[in-house]
Amino acid sequence: MIGAEAIVKCLEAEGVQYVFGYPGVAICPFYNSILDSDIRTILVRTEQNAAHSASGVARLTDKPGVCAVTSGPGATNIITGIATAYADSIPLVVITGQVNSELLGSDVFQEADITGAVESFVKYSYLVRNADDIPRIFKEAFYIANSGRKGPVLIDIPFDIQNAAVKKFEYPESVNLRTYKPTVKGNSAQIKKVIKELAKAKKPIICIGGGVQLGNAEEVVLDFAEKHGIPMVTTMMGIGTIPTNHPLHFGMVGNNGKPYANKAMNESDVLLMVGARVADRAVSQPDLLMKGKILIHIDVDPAEIGKNAVSSIPLVGDCKNIFEDLAKENLTMDCSDWVYTLNQYKKELKIVRHPNSEYVDPEHFITALTEKMDDDSVYVADVGQNQIFSCAYAQIKNGRFLTSGGMGTMGYSIPAALGAKLAKPERQVVAVCGDGSFQMSMMELATFRQHNIQAKIIVFNNSFLGMVREYQHYTYKDHYSVVNLDGSPNLEKLVSAYDFDYLRLDNNKDATKIINKFLKDKNNVLLEVMIDPMDLVK
Amino acid sequence: MQTKVFQVLADNTSGVISRIASLFSRRGYNIESITAGVTADPRYSRVTIVSSGTSEALEQIEKQLAKLIDVKVVTELAPEDSVYRELALVKVKVSPDQRQNIIAITDIFRGKIVDVAPECLIIEITGGISKIDKFIELLNGYEILELARTGTAGLSRGIENVTYLP
Repeated sequence: MIGAEAIVKCLEAEGVQYVFGYPGVAICPFYNSILDSDIRTILVRTEQNAAHSASGVARLTDKPGVCAVTSGPGATNIITGIATAYADSIPLVVITGQVNSELLGSDVFQEADITGAVESFVKYSYLVRNADDIPRIFKEAFYIANSGRKGPVLIDIPFDIQNAAVKKFEYPESVNLRTYKPTVKGNSAQIKKVIKELAKAKKPIICIGGGVQLGNAEEVVLDFAEKHGIPMVTTMMGIGTIPTNHPLHFGMVGNNGKPYANKAMNESDVLLMVGARVADRAVSQPDLLMKGKILIHIDVDPAEIGKNAVSSIPLVGDCKNIFEDLAKENLTMDCSDWVYTLNQYKKELKIVRHPNSEYVDPEHFITALTEKMDDDSVYVADVGQNQIFSCAYAQIKNGRFLTSGGMGTMGYSIPAALGAKLAKPERQVVAVCGDGSFQMSMMELATFRQHNIQAKIIVFNNSFLGMVREYQHYTYKDHYSVVNLDGSPNLEKLVSAYDFDYLRLDNNKDATKIINKFLKDKNNVLLEVMIDPMDLVK
Repeated sequence: MQTKVFQVLADNTSGVISRIASLFSRRGYNIESITAGVTADPRYSRVTIVSSGTSEALEQIEKQLAKLIDVKVVTELAPEDSVYRELALVKVKVSPDQRQNIIAITDIFRGKIVDVAPECLIIEITGGISKIDKFIELLNGYEILELARTGTAGLSRGIENVTYLP
């Protein structure tokens, strides 16, 4: 057996079903060996999208997504995808080919120091020096990627190591990492303190971050909130954790969130932040977050606690484990007055939009679309104004809402939707992007076609990089610079070249009809939605 | 701003120091000195880092260091419970009439003259950061040709705080 075959055996042992990537000579031994396996290889059209597709798989299967690219430009191209996964704590195992070991450091053709380059965007990285280390390294990589605070792990494998003989292949049963032991169980004294504070609370609130889904704690958290009638808000990464229309759900917080959600969080007396970083975008007024309240911060990553806000009760551990422990404690609470107040805020602070009737109103469209979508469908939002509209108006039932929250990487939705659809072919998957983000990933239409993966793509066309235009509108008094998307392709002609069906929606009137047609289409389909170029999210 | 000395026990593998150093640079933490060497157990390295910052920043530094996969333990070496030492080699230009004076200063600081050349001396001096700073200060009137400082290495005092490794 050679190194490349050993890698494939490791992936099989981990139950990997798909590898996204782009070959080059330095990764050819691996791509040669994988032909003998049942693992499906998906050729994307640019390396960054291999990581986004793997992210789609990871988010729907709770296992690391896997991609494999070549050395040099292949490796550097995938960095943005790795950084995107890192910012949202998505587990990936990224394999990069590398030049021959003896040439390392000599700047030969297609050599890039990728382990050095990704250092700040990976949870860990390996440069394989010996083919016999492959089983141990892969076992560790999958474990590190998918435990504790999840994240991407990169394995750089020189060409000669892929071709080197492996003496004996034995995939380890367990990992033995002397220096890595993530905390799972919450400290019991801290748990008692949380219960004590909750028992006294008049205006408690739970803020759900992306960590709740990453920790598979959706049910325990929701059960706890329902049992005690505690209202909830979410961060952007927390959207979809609980149904949008849940009576205890008061929307997304942050500077692009619902005003009543921010008010709820700011006025609360006990705030439980669960699996959330308290990042700048999620907190509209960080000072209010700590003022006059008990902040309980639950996170698996001790470094997140106290980084952006000083918590009164830090609680490190896996949030599923912690909520299971919290549920065992005796606790009586009555938050009905507080929930009544929040419902009043919800009515009073509703944002009323004044849409231009000559175009489609994003609020009307997204509400109608998500009402018609299947209960367990997957909504993949891109980045830009379209993302803010999606966050604000998507009605998620028992499905999922995927987006690039931390890094805000344009072009995420199409490749991520491809991965999600591949992982869950029985579920409806819809990518929603803008005309800017679409053009960052439109090369992947071919990938859907080549691999028979059903594409449902919606493009909000406002002929602008809307989010930046909006910023220039407010900050530079409409002094627009480099935001006009003139020259964009005719989408009908473009998608017909890939045998996609094409639909177009010009105004609200036909929305229901076109949405039905779009969702029922069995073919690959793109729906172009005409948005007022001057529309604003705020 | 405060200064803290951290002791990091990490896996003795390639790339550990670069991971630690890059953590400081990318997060904008101050690093005043860093020293590293293998421990009695060759599987581990001991890294002593002197860093300064606000108490929040220093708390983050400790947590971010602990988060590195290769890092086993991070502890603060508090001044009252620890011993710190640094070694410095100082090459000083000396004229024949200055030589005795320099030797006298060196003796007071329990330093050693480790090299003598017609126009210069190399002095080896060991001690805490402030001792070395003071010694260099006293050489103010002389021309220091070259100075090499190792950075602080430290250990906790007594048997209570020994970090045993599995």
